Amino acid sequence: MSPSVAELLLQRLERTPPGPEGGLCSLEAAAALGLDHQTLVGAVKSLQALGEVIEAETRATTRWELSAEGEEVLRDGSPEVRLFRSVPSEGLPQSDAMKLPGAQVGFSKAMANKWLRLDKGAPGGPRIFRAVDAVQDVVQSSLRQVQEGNGSSLSERERTDLKRRKLLLEVTLKSYWIRKGSAFSTAVVRQETDLTPEMIATGSWRKLPFKAYNFSALGLPPTCGHLHPLLKVRSQLRQIFLEMGFTEMPTDNFVESSFWNFDALFQPQQHPARDQHDTFFLQDPAEAPELPANYMARVKKVHSQGGYGSQGYKYEWKVEEARKNLLRTHTTSASARALYHLARQGKFTPVKYFSIDRVFRNESLDATHLAEFHQVEGVVADRGLTLGHLMGTLQQFFTKLGISKLRFKPAYNPYTEPSMEVFSYHEGLKKWVEVGNSGVFRPELLLPMGLPESVSVIAWGLSLERPTMIKYGINNIRELVGHRVNLQMIYDNPLCRLDA
Amino acid sequence: MPTVGVKRDLLFEALGRSYTDEEFNDLCFEFGLELDEVTSEKDIISKEKGEGKAEGASETVLYKIDVPANRYDLLCLEGLVRGLQVFKERINLPRYEKIIPAKGEGQKMIITEETVKIRPYAVAAVLRNITFTKERYDSFIDLQEKLHQNICRRRALVAIGTHDLDTISGPFTFTAKAPSEIKFKPLNQSQEYTASQIMDLYRTDSHLRHYLHLIENKPRYPVIFDSNGVVLSMPPIINGDHSKISLKTRNVFIECTGTDMTKAKIVLDIIVTMFSEYCEKQFTVEAVEVTYPNGKTHICPELAYRKEKVKPELINKKLGISETPSSLAKLLTRMCLSSHVTGNGNNIEVEIPPTRADVIHACDIVEDAAIAYGYNNIQMVIPKTYTIANQLPLNKLTELLRLDLAAAGFTEALTFALCSTEDIADKLGMDISATNAVHIANPKTAEFQVARTTLLPGLLKTIAANRKMPLPLKLFEISDIVVKDPTKDVGARNYRHLCAIYYNKSPGFEIIHGLLDRVMQLLEVPPNEENGYTIKATEAAIQKLSRDDMEIPCSSTDIGI
Repeated sequence: MSPSVAELLLQRLERTPPGPEGGLCSLEAAAALGLDHQTLVGAVKSLQALGEVIEAETRATTRWELSAEGEEVLRDGSPEVRLFRSVPSEGLPQSDAMKLPGAQVGFSKAMANKWLRLDKGAPGGPRIFRAVDAVQDVVQSSLRQVQEGNGSSLSERERTDLKRRKLLLEVTLKSYWIRKGSAFSTAVVRQETDLTPEMIATGSWRKLPFKAYNFSALGLPPTCGHLHPLLKVRSQLRQIFLEMGFTEMPTDNFVESSFWNFDALFQPQQHPARDQHDTFFLQDPAEAPELPANYMARVKKVHSQGGYGSQGYKYEWKVEEARKNLLRTHTTSASARALYHLARQGKFTPVKYFSIDRVFRNESLDATHLAEFHQVEGVVADRGLTLGHLMGTLQQFFTKLGISKLRFKPAYNPYTEPSMEVFSYHEGLKKWVEVGNSGVFRPELLLPMGLPESVSVIAWGLSLERPTMIKYGINNIRELVGHRVNLQMIYDNPLCRLDA
Repeated sequence: MPTVGVKRDLLFEALGRSYTDEEFNDLCFEFGLELDEVTSEKDIISKEKGEGKAEGASETVLYKIDVPANRYDLLCLEGLVRGLQVFKERINLPRYEKIIPAKGEGQKMIITEETVKIRPYAVAAVLRNITFTKERYDSFIDLQEKLHQNICRRRALVAIGTHDLDTISGPFTFTAKAPSEIKFKPLNQSQEYTASQIMDLYRTDSHLRHYLHLIENKPRYPVIFDSNGVVLSMPPIINGDHSKISLKTRNVFIECTGTDMTKAKIVLDIIVTMFSEYCEKQFTVEAVEVTYPNGKTHICPELAYRKEKVKPELINKKLGISETPSSLAKLLTRMCLSSHVTGNGNNIEVEIPPTRADVIHACDIVEDAAIAYGYNNIQMVIPKTYTIANQLPLNKLTELLRLDLAAAGFTEALTFALCSTEDIADKLGMDISATNAVHIANPKTAEFQVARTTLLPGLLKTIAANRKMPLPLKLFEISDIVVKDPTKDVGARNYRHLCAIYYNKSPGFEIIHGLLDRVMQLLEVPPNEENGYTIKATEAAIQKLSRDDMEIPCSSTDIGI
């Protein structure tokens, strides 16, 4: 069996003197052994894996080589000299000169060197004349120097110029300087990678060399499934609500009537949110077949005439508007249904409700807005709840989300009064950012449902996408939701620990 | 939320002091406003049109302030300043006064029957001896535009016209005429046009074209004439050039026409309360008598002050504070709701001024007390409400199942609930009528034509977008689909679906089949005919299997290449 490349290398290395000066250049060794450099590099790497047999240090050498175009110039002269030589003493029409090979570059260089002059007014069109008697082909001689291996004698400027003209190429070669290691030996011993039952049975493991584990490489990833990042956050939010004693509301109807989505929430029929611009209305089924008649009559009255201590909006309330079906614009419609259901139970019992589900807006789309998103909503109904209770509940909720520094801004919502926007201080952005909206449901909403007057309902909402994007540092919502998501992002996504 | 742009220096001058941006931002925050942006005309132009175009534009600092959508009294510099100054107790609340001229001397407007079918309501008022400056004039025009965009619902509910009263002579007639019978010189035009020509003229106008549809297909267009037949305006499109106001105008005739009487009254009240500040007799408005086709006359503007009685303990109880009645009255007065304690301290009498049409219930008064008290000064309390949490059974099952699907090596996708008709029908070899899908009436693009009736298209699109990923791809989604259902109150309902997909170079039906078996095992459904599940071949692209009355859509066959 002929010796392997590694063995050949070791044999050459053995002949080098010991000490820091002794060693081999991988390029020279490859040339001497008549091998491709890459083959030799392979051998170096396999020897390195054996431990301290050799030491190898990477070196980068830069060399200058001629490009194909450079070779051509070396052979035939530079374009400017070639053009100069083609111009006879009586001159040459510019149009003819430009037909010569390489004339474009040659002309501009020769003009720049003031070797040629152009007479634009010459009879028969612009004409080129020699401006000097003779020229030297500096470019060609520079390239010759490079070819002969004396590239380093050129000035930096000359080299840069030739490089810019794509005549010279800078080639970086990676090589190794190889020296004997502390465990140098010319014999290559194969190391065992795995301990086998046979080795234990025969006791051979005592004598065998074992390959050390490579801890700098990553292990083999396990084959597994992954949960979606947004839905991981959804799970955590459900968990938070459950920890706080909130019961989940049914939200399994994306299709909703305008009545439940707007009218029941005391949102007037001319409200901008009820515009075609903002809401997806349905063509089929265009109208809700069934609305709660008695309740609707009370809603109609409070909108058009007032009542329950309210002036109302004083406009002509139309049942046709209320019947219009749409894709719900918020899950507050589901909260309205849940509260109506609660009111119809007769004796009032305090409740805490929550929901997390999809809502739809016919808005213009951008990096942070899609036509559908998830809304998170919490509702507490009890006797004697105050704005202070709402703030206390929000403080608890957001602290569990990992957000504890809150402040509250007065705001306007058609269905809550007082209303508050919730801001939190963002350490990264160094400013207060809005994290949610909240308020106390208006009596005009609660009393027509039949809830007792002493009952207050506090509520708040936020989107699921926004905190998720902030948490995972995602700037474009399409990278998080929808089919254009990168599965690698889902594979690599960490656990969702909101308060960590 | 409307945004009001004001010049910073002008604002500070009116407020009588200056603020740093941060201080002013904090003041806004406390009051329920938001300093949205600090900018300048130059900044705005260079952002919109590029750096070069902004050359020479004003560098005066502008504040863009977000105002709550129901606070029409804060939509201009005058109102903002008045609100903030009263809030900070630097000025007293002005009292707006309606001056009714002696009989026969006041302005009159007569509404004819023809308006009933198109724009039945109108109100009007006069601002006497007003002094405009460039800034005041600009603010006056801006306020009308802000009102048009917000409460007026892009002029559908109310349209405002303002006129130099000295160029016209009453009584005025609000009527409706055939487009060919209306002819006048519209605002800032050099010649007369008929109404039809005016509609054509503005068809390409970036601003006015949005209002044409309001009257375009009606046989008659609304129009207001003076006693000499001069056209004041053709609401809600354009005013006449003849009566246009200028910096020199001293007496302004304001008319608001519309389809909503309440809103028309509010709009007129806001304009006159805001700008009567610049009248010779500050905060006074001259009334106009408006006669309706039924002969009834109204004295406009309404400018009504309403009194409400609120119990101090109600405010304290709703907010979780304990303030004395007199201090609560003081808080409310700071919100432009002039209040005082009545009787033996049992009640607070609150006067709601014509500027605060947003106050329609005691809860609105309670909120104002909270704002003046300072939201962030209220003590946070955890409610004692004791409840036991329950999960929705469907969501509980979903949560459990998705964990086990991931444990089975499948990755969770999250796809859109809306898609094109093609996605759920043509591309799956089905006819759209067979899908029973819910159709959207006003989609902006084909991506939002229907609600999905199956999860499959979303998963297939996810695979298509991830062709660079190493194979195999194993995906699942548990989410809702929507179908029509006439038995439901809204005529449609959601179903929770599970869809899974396996994508590799070689088909592996047994893999998706194995996942189905695993799901059934988790759900304790045995693989047998009597009380379990079986799989049957079908011609449809989506294979289905059935157990009792339950239909379980199974994922598609594998896709090879």
